[in-house]
Amino acid sequence: MSKTLRIGIFTVIGAFMLAIMPLPDWAVTFRADWVTLVLIYWAMAVPSRVGVTVAWFAGLFLDVSYGTLMGQHAIGMVFVIYVIHIQHQRLRVASLLQQAIVIFFLLFIKQLAALWVDGMLGRAPDSWLYFMPTITSTLLWPWTYLILRDLRRKFGGGAHYQY
Amino acid sequence: MQTLFIRGPSSTVRMVVLVIASLILMTADHQWKSLELLRGAFSTVLYPLQYAIDLPIRVYYWSDEVLSTHQTLLQKNRQFEARHLENRVQLQKLDILEKENDRLRKLLSATPKTTERLLISEIIDVDVDPYKQLIILNKGSNNEVYQGQPIIDARGIMGQVIHVGPLSSTAMLITDASHAIPVQINRTGLRAIAFGSGKIDQLNLRHLPHNVDIQVGDLLISSGLGDTFPPNFPVAIISKVERPAGEPFAKVEAKPHALLDQSREVLLVWRNEPEVKVEQSETSSKDQPDEIDKAEDKKAQLRRGDRE
Repeated sequence: MSKTLRIGIFTVIGAFMLAIMPLPDWAVTFRADWVTLVLIYWAMAVPSRVGVTVAWFAGLFLDVSYGTLMGQHAIGMVFVIYVIHIQHQRLRVASLLQQAIVIFFLLFIKQLAALWVDGMLGRAPDSWLYFMPTITSTLLWPWTYLILRDLRRKFGGGAHYQY
Repeated sequence: MQTLFIRGPSSTVRMVVLVIASLILMTADHQWKSLELLRGAFSTVLYPLQYAIDLPIRVYYWSDEVLSTHQTLLQKNRQFEARHLENRVQLQKLDILEKENDRLRKLLSATPKTTERLLISEIIDVDVDPYKQLIILNKGSNNEVYQGQPIIDARGIMGQVIHVGPLSSTAMLITDASHAIPVQINRTGLRAIAFGSGKIDQLNLRHLPHNVDIQVGDLLISSGLGDTFPPNFPVAIISKVERPAGEPFAKVEAKPHALLDQSREVLLVWRNEPEVKVEQSETSSKDQPDEIDKAEDKKAQLRRGDRE
């Protein structure tokens, strides 16, 4: 098991724990989409390893832990990681602000897809707070990026290029 | 080593396949509810994570117990003993009433009453979809939990199990926006259906006419129709009755009787088959586990039926 793989698994598990950690009631609607953020980083850093298949399985795990329909998170996750995957070379050289803007739109579409599914089932939440996770995730992207990059530089080892 | 050209299908092809797979999964999950096996497998993998998240809270409660002083424990023990005595006195009366009721039912040759078997389960304190009222329980199909099983707490009905994994299960509270429970008003016997509102402290009774005999403070009990919930458990108390002129139905709201957001422990309910003497249609035994009598954990199971 390479060091990068180990640190990757470790951070994804961490993201899952943040995603289901109990928060006070007022903060629940603001919870960032941690799993997607971490997968976006890894899809940019090691696109040969983290692609749409990994994203799909991560999405299914999210669906099971959130009690949503199987596939509801997965479909958005696949879309986000697909765009990141085909554009990873451009995104790598973009500034953090530009990356954040791209990620904002991707996460917005992901949230919209989940909303459509809820709407089709006739139980769509009727509050703009539904899109709060997109905003918090975008604001947290620079920190996520820097933390994960430093983790990878420190523990990842190897002779790869290091973004 | 870094490969420059990734082999296998391109990520566009994979994306399209996976999106279609997601659509198929969602349809299967919603339309046929046939993904329990897959869900169970995924939830088994997730269980250690959920357990780890819940651990600090568990340790907190445990340390609260262990680190309390001898004096407090004694005091608590005395309180419990006093309450136990009180309860037993009331139970005596209840037992006599139950026997009398059984006799009367026999005289009427009505079907015998069902009894229930209970198992205590703990809520794993992890967050789920914020727009749903779901809880995760630490008992699963290993403990014979089944889909559609009712859960209650000390005060009333809480909800029902919707997904079962081997080690854990997911339950929907009665206040979830997509939940409905058949109820009966205790005072008048009027039947209604209580819909969840999406808020933790509110149920709605829809489609009741303006002239309905209903008051604030009325107790709603489960009617047992629909065979999911056991009859005669408290569900909610009417908190608001409005009869807006110009609208076809009265607006009735109720507050759940169970402590939906405070209980840490819930009770899973199995319905025992009544001892059948007359032939009975076998319609009521559909959603019951096969081997009810395999009771291993004696301590956790309180039998409502065979109290002495």
